[in-house]
Amino acid sequence: MKAIILILCSCLCLSIIAQCTTVRVGKQQAITTITDGVMKAGNNDTIIVESGTYHEKNLVIAKPIVLLGINHPVLDGDHKYEPVSIKADNVVFDGFKVCNSAISSIVDYGGIKIYNRRYVTISNNILEDCFFGIYSQNCQGCIIKGNKLTARQAQEQQSGNGIHCWKCDSMQIIANTITGHRDGIYFEFVTNSIIWRNISTKNMRYGLHFMFSNSDTYAANVFENNGAGVAVMFSHHVKMFHNYFKENWGDAAYGILLKEISDSYIDGNKFEKNTSGIFIEGASRIEMYNNSFKDNGWGLKIQASCMDIVLKNNNFIGNTFDVGTNGSLVLNTFTHNYWDKYEGYDLNRDKIGDVPYRPVSMFSMVVEKNPPAMILFRSLITVLMDKSEKVIPSLTPENLRDDHPLMKPLQL
Amino acid sequence: MIKIVKYILLDILRNKIVLAYTLFLLAISFTVFSLEDSVQKGLLSLLNLILFIVPLVNIIFSTIYIYNSSEFIELLLSQPIKRRSIWLSLFIGLASALSISFLIGAGIPVILYCSSATGLMMVLMGVLISIIFVSIAMLATVKTRDKAKGIGVAIMLWLYFSLVFDGLVLFLLFQFADYPLEQPMIGLTAFNPLDLGRIMILLKMDVSALMGYTGAIFKDFFGTQKGLALSIFVMLLWICLPLLFSLRKFNRKDL
Amino acid sequence: MIEAININKSFGKLQVLNDISFSSGVGECIALIGPNGCGKTTLIKCLLGMVVPDSGGFRFKGEDIAKGWAYRSLIGYMPQIGRYPENMKIGQVMDMLTDIRQKHDGLDEDLIGAFQLKKLYNKRMGTLSGGTMQKVSASIAFLFRPEVLILDEPTAGLDPIASEILKEKILVEKQNGKLFLITSHILSELDDLVSHIVYMQDGHIIFYKAIDALKTEVGETKLAKAVAHFMNNTTS
Repeated sequence: MKAIILILCSCLCLSIIAQCTTVRVGKQQAITTITDGVMKAGNNDTIIVESGTYHEKNLVIAKPIVLLGINHPVLDGDHKYEPVSIKADNVVFDGFKVCNSAISSIVDYGGIKIYNRRYVTISNNILEDCFFGIYSQNCQGCIIKGNKLTARQAQEQQSGNGIHCWKCDSMQIIANTITGHRDGIYFEFVTNSIIWRNISTKNMRYGLHFMFSNSDTYAANVFENNGAGVAVMFSHHVKMFHNYFKENWGDAAYGILLKEISDSYIDGNKFEKNTSGIFIEGASRIEMYNNSFKDNGWGLKIQASCMDIVLKNNNFIGNTFDVGTNGSLVLNTFTHNYWDKYEGYDLNRDKIGDVPYRPVSMFSMVVEKNPPAMILFRSLITVLMDKSEKVIPSLTPENLRDDHPLMKPLQL
Repeated sequence: MIKIVKYILLDILRNKIVLAYTLFLLAISFTVFSLEDSVQKGLLSLLNLILFIVPLVNIIFSTIYIYNSSEFIELLLSQPIKRRSIWLSLFIGLASALSISFLIGAGIPVILYCSSATGLMMVLMGVLISIIFVSIAMLATVKTRDKAKGIGVAIMLWLYFSLVFDGLVLFLLFQFADYPLEQPMIGLTAFNPLDLGRIMILLKMDVSALMGYTGAIFKDFFGTQKGLALSIFVMLLWICLPLLFSLRKFNRKDL
Repeated sequence: MIEAININKSFGKLQVLNDISFSSGVGECIALIGPNGCGKTTLIKCLLGMVVPDSGGFRFKGEDIAKGWAYRSLIGYMPQIGRYPENMKIGQVMDMLTDIRQKHDGLDEDLIGAFQLKKLYNKRMGTLSGGTMQKVSASIAFLFRPEVLILDEPTAGLDPIASEILKEKILVEKQNGKLFLITSHILSELDDLVSHIVYMQDGHIIFYKAIDALKTEVGETKLAKAVAHFMNNTTS
């Protein structure tokens, strides 16, 4: 019986596949425009587009079909149209080069825009000079994978976000490269999604901009040299694993800006050469393990409005200031971290320093109150201030300290 | 004049204090580089050396040396030699001897362990600071006849440049915290060669921190080619002006 | 050859030289005498350019010394207390001076030989006794065959033999037509040497006379007595 059902099912599948046809579009083919091809194709058909430049105005895909580009055929929006609008579920759009979308301050034109759909796959495309890159609104279960997005606008209002997701669920953003947009990746009201292995560099504002998006994970991404680093705000249950935050320099630039975040994990990330590695404000219940803070201006800036943040097993190496804070209230836990500025000793050889380490220096408090004082950094007077503060703490928060500082750096 | 420089240089290099100073620098530099686990921390210790020890040794040694060579100056003065040549030779001798000491004592370890931009900037600033404090010492000695008093003045000057000046700056910063002080601060640093040298090194060492807040303003000013050139020019002024004033005074001084 | 014109100099409130004027020529051997602190050494230092007068100045062969420095190549100077770089050896000092003056030939090494200094050439200046130091100073003063020799308390600190050698040398050079300017307290030593006397007191030149004239004037044959006599007369 089971065997019969299995055979019947296979036949059904085969018959469906057999029903699907392949439509070829190309300058040498019978069908020369993609719009034509889409019109001629039935549901679940595959359209193969040969290389060449196509001025399709606004290509609307309203059927569940597969569009495959060969050698990246160019879809040119001529700065007037939205090149690709996807208005059907289960569409696959793969291997195209999409460029020159319209720019508007009223309508959010995307290079590729998905309207309220499910299970759409956008993969292996090249997007150049689009207002927004790949825009999904009110979508579910879509995959955006292996795309390369580049924008070259000089002004922030002339440029949209690279990968923009608004009010989505279960999205997968994987292995994309985003450069030159306003925000590299933008999440607003997006839940249960993953951002994995993307490279977001040299975007004008944030490499990743993340708001009101709960229960998401972003892992193994690289955020480098973005105007203001990465902002994660007003969300809970966010997991941030193994990302690399590098060279986000500027007055208000952070490796990550965490604002009003709760119940989240920050694990195994590397923060290198940022003005501030992490800036935390109004956050609670965050666990930070195994991160490496190296050569930052401030490794961690933790405002007094944070509570129940646990820092354990992190490396702090070569930072100008390890930790900065703005008040004396400390409701957070620092333990078992390695601090390269630690000058204590380990008599019982358990690899844990015998005296606590205070990561907040007096001078960092002074600079917090009076930023121009930075000009005196490392002068004799500030060295003396810091030394005397270590002996008798007065300005620095008494209980912001690591009672179990590690003697050797962790292998991270 | 070259001949006089030669004799002064030979005399200074034979001096055990200069030798001790070189060995001291060498020992400290190698120790910090081999003891500290990171080159960065070694450089940091070296920075303290350059900012505190080098000026102190230079100003005091130069002061004492000039007082001690008053016989030599007298001997030369009875010879057919211009006063200017004697004084400048003394300066060139001291400056080059102490610079060589510094280059051997701190330059070699830096090049061996960390020949990065930070390291090289440190060596350059160390040499400039060495020469500046020789120049300041010459002015201090020519103004005071008494040796003990002169050494006292030298120590006070060192204290002023390395501590008191910065204390005053900090005081000003907090007194006028409500005003935008970044630009005046840049101007103010020109009045202390140690601050200038320190900031040039900071720009290489703590560039991440300097990119934030008002640090960016300092970076924008000092970090550019123009800023670097201007800073070095101001440091050269710090060498030339005290030297010129001391020379003018020496030309009219009774011995 | 040397002319002092209205030299005034004061250290603070103390007027050390007060309107000093005199002139002297070739072949004279002038003794500059006077009580301690009368300004003898200051006057010599003015001539050497070590002290800059407040007003007035010296002329050397008709040229204002304030403007030049080359005239010093014609002067040999033996200071009251020789002060030399302590680290240098005697030989090195000699070499250095010949090197700086760039005069290697025709050096007058009579005194070096007479004082037997060559044996001590490897001794450091800092280790020398006061007498040896004076020998070195004297040797240096004569070394370059200068036309003018200025000796500040030349025999102080020298043993009688060395002192005698130096006097002999002065006599010889005097015959050679050199101009000497000698200060001393020990007047008896100057007896056979000097041809003129300048007597200073409190920054003034009290008198400047040829020694023969002085002796006949007061009727004394010994210089010391002659001077004492004269002083009694002038002060009383």
